[in-house]
Amino acid sequence: MIYQDSKILLEVNGLCANVNGTEILKGLNLTVRSGEIHAIMGPNGSGKSTFSKILAGHSAYEVTGGTVMLEGQNLLDLAPEERARAGVFLAFQYPIEIPGVVNSQFLRLTYNTVQTHRGKEELDPLEFDDFVREKMKLLEMNPDFLERSVNEGFSGGEKKRNEILQMAMLDPRLAILDETDSGLDIDALRIVANGVNQLANKDNAIVLVTHYQRLLNYIVPDFVHVMEAGRIIKTGGKELAFELESRGYDWVGVEHKAATGAAA
Amino acid sequence: MSTSATVNAGGYLENLLAGQPHLPASPLAWLNVLRAEAVDRVGALTVPTLRDEEWRFTDISQLTKMSFHPVRATISLQVADIERFYIEEATTRLVFVDGVYAPQLSSNVSGIGVAVVNLEAGFAAHAAAIEPYLGRLTGFRDNVFAALNTAFLHDAALIVVPRDVEVAVPVHLLFIATQKDVVSYPRCLFLAESGSAVTVIEDYVSLQEDAYFTNAVTEIALIDNARVNHIRVQREGAKAFHIANCAVSLARASNYQSVSVAFGARISRYNLNVQLAEGAECAVDGLALISGRQLADTHTCIDHAQPQAASNQSHKCIVGGSAHAVFNGKVVVRQGAQRTDSKQSNRNLLLTSKAHVDTKPQLEIFADDVKCTHGATIGQLDDEEVFYLRSRGLSDTAARNMLTYAFGAEIIERIPISSLKYQLEQTVLEQTTVQL
Repeated sequence: MIYQDSKILLEVNGLCANVNGTEILKGLNLTVRSGEIHAIMGPNGSGKSTFSKILAGHSAYEVTGGTVMLEGQNLLDLAPEERARAGVFLAFQYPIEIPGVVNSQFLRLTYNTVQTHRGKEELDPLEFDDFVREKMKLLEMNPDFLERSVNEGFSGGEKKRNEILQMAMLDPRLAILDETDSGLDIDALRIVANGVNQLANKDNAIVLVTHYQRLLNYIVPDFVHVMEAGRIIKTGGKELAFELESRGYDWVGVEHKAATGAAA
Repeated sequence: MSTSATVNAGGYLENLLAGQPHLPASPLAWLNVLRAEAVDRVGALTVPTLRDEEWRFTDISQLTKMSFHPVRATISLQVADIERFYIEEATTRLVFVDGVYAPQLSSNVSGIGVAVVNLEAGFAAHAAAIEPYLGRLTGFRDNVFAALNTAFLHDAALIVVPRDVEVAVPVHLLFIATQKDVVSYPRCLFLAESGSAVTVIEDYVSLQEDAYFTNAVTEIALIDNARVNHIRVQREGAKAFHIANCAVSLARASNYQSVSVAFGARISRYNLNVQLAEGAECAVDGLALISGRQLADTHTCIDHAQPQAASNQSHKCIVGGSAHAVFNGKVVVRQGAQRTDSKQSNRNLLLTSKAHVDTKPQLEIFADDVKCTHGATIGQLDDEEVFYLRSRGLSDTAARNMLTYAFGAEIIERIPISSLKYQLEQTVLEQTTVQL
C-alpha cells in the first residue's frame, strides 16, 4: 500500500551487472518505499531473476556500475548473510533441498542467527516450536513439515510455503519473491498469496518478480514495472499487469524504443 | 614403493604367523582343517601391492614395514573404561579386547532367546549349524587377510537367530584396541534362520592412539525371509590399520540392510561382498569421513545371482586435509538374474584442494531384463546451496558446515538406533566443524 510520508527503503540507481562477462543489467533504476508492493514483470531473459539475486548478494554476478542502497546503507558492500541480517529476504524460485538436516533445526538456526545479529533474544527449542507453529498457521502448513528434512521430497507448493514461512520468521524489511507463483496450483497460490498479504505492513516492502499476471490477482501491487534487456522500461499501476496479460510484452518494447528514439 | 612391499611381504606374513599363540586343536575336525588350510594359503599368498588391480589405489606398504604381534597379555578393563562406547538400546553386548573375548565386560548374552556367544563357547551347541558358513562365505583362497584371520580363528562373535524369532534388542559387538603394535583378528558370524530378524552393531574402537592392526572377518548368512540390520562403525585410533572382509549371503526373499561408517584409522579397507538369491533385497549404505592423512577404501561387490532381487547402494565420502578415499563398487547381474533392480550411487565431497578420491563404479550385466542405475559424483559444496543458506543469515562457514554435515547425516540417518545415530551425528558435526 502507498502511505503518505513513507520512507525510502530501497534505492537502485543505474545498476549494471555481468555474469560470465555478459552484461545482464544495463542501468536499472528502482525506488521502493516502505509499505509498498512492487511487481517486476518481463519476458524470460530480461534480467528479473538476476536482479533479485544481486539484491541478495549472489557472487556469480559482478556488479559493474550503479548503486543499491537499503535504508541509506550501501547494500553492495555487504555479504549475503549481512544483507539478510539487515533485512533483505529472497524467496527462491528453486529452494534447495538439504537432506539430512531437519527443517525445524534449520529454521531455528537461521532465526536465532538473524535475531542475535539484530540484538534480540534467541529462542530455545521449545519456545521456537511455539513460535514457528504459530507462523505455520499463516500458511496452513502441517506441523509434520518441521520434522522432515529441509525441502526434501516437498512438492513445489510445499517448498514455496516453506520459503514464505522463513519470510514470516525473519521479518524482513525488503522481501523479494522470485517467481513464487511458478509451479503452484490455484489453491497453493491462494494460500501463499494470503500469507504474503498478511505479512505486508507499512514498515516493510515486497518486490514480486513474476512472469505472469496470475499472482497479482492475489497480491495486488502498487506498482508494476516492465523489464526488458536489463532495464525497467515502463512503470504503471496494477492495471498495467492486466494490459500485459492481454497484449503481451512486445508493445512495451516498441513504445519504449519509439519514445527513446524520439528523445534522441 | 610397491616393490619394497613385495620384497618384505613374505617375511611380514611369516612374522605374523610365527607370532601366533599356540591354538589348541579343536574337537571339531573340520575346524582344524579349516585353520590348517588357511595357514597354507597364507604361505602361498603375498601381501597385495599397488600392482594388484583390487589394490591399485591403496598403498599398504606401510603396514608391511611395521611389526605387529598378537596380544601377549590382555589388559584388564573396567566398565568405566569403556562405558562411553555403550549404545543405550543395545543391552546385549559382546566385548572383545585386542581380539580376545572379555566375558566380564559382556552383558545380557543369554537374555534374548538367541545364541549370542563367543564362538569357542558356541562351537559345541552350534557346530552343525555354522559349519556350512564359517570360513566358507568369505573365500580366503585368494585373500591373504581373510586367510590370516582364519588361521588365527579362535575367539569370535557368534549370533544364531532361530527360525521365526525376531530379536527386539540390538546386539552390540564391541571390539576394543588397547595396546600398540598388536594385531587382532576379530571374527563374526551371524546366522539368521528362516523368517528371523536381528539388528547387529559391529563396532571398532580404540583406547589408545599408537599403531596397531585390526584384521577382521564377518560372515552373515540369511536364510529364506530372514532380515538382518547390520551397522558397522569403524572408529579406530588415528594410527591404526584396519582391514576387514565381510561376506553376506542372502537366501530367497531375505532382506539385508547395512550402514557402514568409517571415521578412524590411518589406513582402512573394507571389502563387502553380498550375494542375492531370488527375491532378496539389500540396502548397502556407507559413509567415510576422513581428514589429515587418512586413507579409507571401500570395495563392495553386489552379486545378483538369481532373478527378482533388488539392491540399493549409496556410498558417500567426505574428504578433508590431504586424505584419500577410495570407492570401488561392483554390481554383477548374472545370466538368468532377470528383473533385477539395482541402484548405486557414490557421492564424494572434497573439502580441500589436497583431498583426493578415486571412485570406480562397475556394472557387469549378463541378463537382459534388468533395471540398473549407477552414478558417481565428486565435488565441492554447491555454490547455490551455500548462497541459499547465507541468504538466510548464516555465515559462509556456518553454511558450509551445515551442508557438509547434511551430506554425511543423510547416511547416518538410516541407522535405526536413535542413540547411536545421535552419537555418530555428533561425530560428524564435530569433524565437519573442525575441518573448515
